[in-house]
Amino acid sequence: PADIISTVEFNHTGELLATGDKGGRVVIFQREPESKNEPYSQGEYNVYSTFQSHEPEFDYLKSLEIEEKINKIKWLPQQNAAHSLLSTNDKTIKLWKITERDKRPEGYNLKDEEGKLKDLSTVTSLQVPVLKPMDLMVEVTPRRIFANGHTYHVNSISVNSDCETYMSADDLRINLWHLAITDRSFNIVDIKPANMEDLTEVITASEFHPHHCNLFVYSSSKGSLRLCDMRASALCDKHSKLYEEPEDPSNRSFFSEIISSVSDVKFSHSGRYMLTRDYLTVKVWDLNMETKPVETYQVHDYLRSKLCSLYENDCIFDKFECAWNGSDSVIMTGAYNNFFRMFDRNTKRDVTLEASRESSKPRAILKPRRVCVGGKRRKDDISVDSLDFTKKILHTAWHPTENIIAIAATNNLYIFQDKVNSEMH
Amino acid sequence: MECTLDAQSLISISLRKIHSSRTQRGGIKLHKNLLVSYVLRNARQLYLSERYAELYRRQQHYPDGAPLLAMPACPPPAAAAPPDLPALPLPTDTQDREPRSCAGVRGGGELLEVPVCAAAPPELQRVPCRDSSPGFYRVTGSAGPGSGGGAAGLLYAAGCDFGSGGAPHCSSRTTVLDLDTHVVTTVENGYLHQDCCCSQCPCCCQPAPGLASPPPTPGTKRKYYPGQEEEEEEGVEEGGEPGAGGVAGGPPFAPCTKRARFEEYNTEHPQDSSNISNLISIFGSGFTGLVSRQQADSEQPLNGQLCSKQALASLGAWTRAIVAF
Repeated sequence: PADIISTVEFNHTGELLATGDKGGRVVIFQREPESKNEPYSQGEYNVYSTFQSHEPEFDYLKSLEIEEKINKIKWLPQQNAAHSLLSTNDKTIKLWKITERDKRPEGYNLKDEEGKLKDLSTVTSLQVPVLKPMDLMVEVTPRRIFANGHTYHVNSISVNSDCETYMSADDLRINLWHLAITDRSFNIVDIKPANMEDLTEVITASEFHPHHCNLFVYSSSKGSLRLCDMRASALCDKHSKLYEEPEDPSNRSFFSEIISSVSDVKFSHSGRYMLTRDYLTVKVWDLNMETKPVETYQVHDYLRSKLCSLYENDCIFDKFECAWNGSDSVIMTGAYNNFFRMFDRNTKRDVTLEASRESSKPRAILKPRRVCVGGKRRKDDISVDSLDFTKKILHTAWHPTENIIAIAATNNLYIFQDKVNSEMH
Repeated sequence: MECTLDAQSLISISLRKIHSSRTQRGGIKLHKNLLVSYVLRNARQLYLSERYAELYRRQQHYPDGAPLLAMPACPPPAAAAPPDLPALPLPTDTQDREPRSCAGVRGGGELLEVPVCAAAPPELQRVPCRDSSPGFYRVTGSAGPGSGGGAAGLLYAAGCDFGSGGAPHCSSRTTVLDLDTHVVTTVENGYLHQDCCCSQCPCCCQPAPGLASPPPTPGTKRKYYPGQEEEEEEGVEEGGEPGAGGVAGGPPFAPCTKRARFEEYNTEHPQDSSNISNLISIFGSGFTGLVSRQQADSEQPLNGQLCSKQALASLGAWTRAIVAF
């Protein structure tokens, strides 16, 4: 199914929300301005533009098909009337410019309304064309194509705070690009061993620091984070800081390596913390403490005894993302059965919510859900064995300033708003 | 951790995943294959330790009957570094075709290191494969020209080239049996007896007709042709690999035939078991050993040969999958 959503991203103001899907399409939603007439429809997101970002390609040299699935979208900070975003599939990153056209010139001298040339004999006077309003048209054009930078599959892109460069990471390498230059990039991290036989870990995600344009972090399949400083050297193979928590030997299993692999890493808005997601937990790391995370939250620890079946059905390889709210006080991540979880870092309270048709009637309040692990079972609880593992929420996004969240559940996008507490605390 | 799968099933499942990853859209996912290799490694550790424990228990019951003593000299250590195995004080006479039971399963840095050494008393029979009691052994090759006969037949019938020049001392070095390209190198490992062609294979003790051709010198690689037909050459990169020439074409490679026949008789264990042991011999630590030294695109052409086709294809796919990069 080509319309399975594969990435969700708000822009820097939260006015626009972009989604990418497996079919290579990007759909952009725009938030309606608040209207005094209909106070309840304020802030709804409607489709703004849809375009085909990537097409399937074929690498003839390796006899490999390159999927058109959009892995990541990142917005550029807005610098003029146009909006720009980067979208990437496994191999190629593209810069798209989104412009609006709401006026068009009318009254040409030589062309008629349909654009056909007039019979010159009928032209008897000179008129100046005027701009007349028209229905809003959103035009999307590819401005740059950054191709041939990656041998392996691109898993993340991140725009630098300098607004001039961005980085793209694949399994083994990270490249730094200038937004205006497509024919070359700088390789800043390379963890490919001399002998592929010695491969022990791959890069799973990476992100620039929100304020320090020289710092970036990348996560590995072994569960570690590396903070790198581009000022230190051109090739940042040596990390400035390594964040790693020793494994708990009592939890050792066949699948220990799989569940410790970090699937997503996000800097907090403040830049002081990093959030990581592995299969069963989310962790908050303080940049100043490398030995262990400062906070660990269990997302669905009841799955720990089910790892065998989850390995068989491949669910154990699912890559969940994580998100901060605007004030860095709440973190959010997805789970199975269309559940997603939020953890309040201050109150230490957590909640499980469900993204489903029933729960998304307009103005309906989401009811907290509970997964019971045997023992006492309350009404409306879901037992672990009846969880639907095909309904997974891998991609979630939080509005940069308000309590609005976007949840991608397979091919549906849910946007929830917290009207009561629309201001961040 | 509650797990309903045993090590063997996990290995099968993992191999299937690797095999199917080849045909998935978008190419082989390096990350996923790496993670699957860790599960394979973990399952292998458990599988091996279980087998050794079982053999040790059986050995305790048959201390005299077994022509081969396979006593784990030490329990499988969770060693970080491969232990140095002492050289056994065994005669180095190349005419001596008594099998030596000594094997080090090289697990690499993070894996199970199980040095299994046993003295080989002189009264050992020359044809260990006839023995029905389990024995864990490595039959060192007598690569000399006069090596025709039971033991040597066993060697070749096992499809393993133990042509180490008759030097029977232990070595922790593990060489690679590449099922992908069927290049047979010196194998010094712990082939559990039922996984070599022995007890259940009635023809394994016969002298291999293929031995008429000069056996390879120790340490070289031999091209391995199933049955009469020559392996498809397309896609097989010889790539300047030294000694890869080996025995080219010519008479059928008897070990394969014998091995194939063994496989058909191997009803005691699920089809995957022998394949798993072969796999175990291939795997070193982590990714080591999973990478074929020669890239090959040719699939196993013949059905029923060597190992079950599916399992073999899986293996080949596995090694090729990793080498694809």
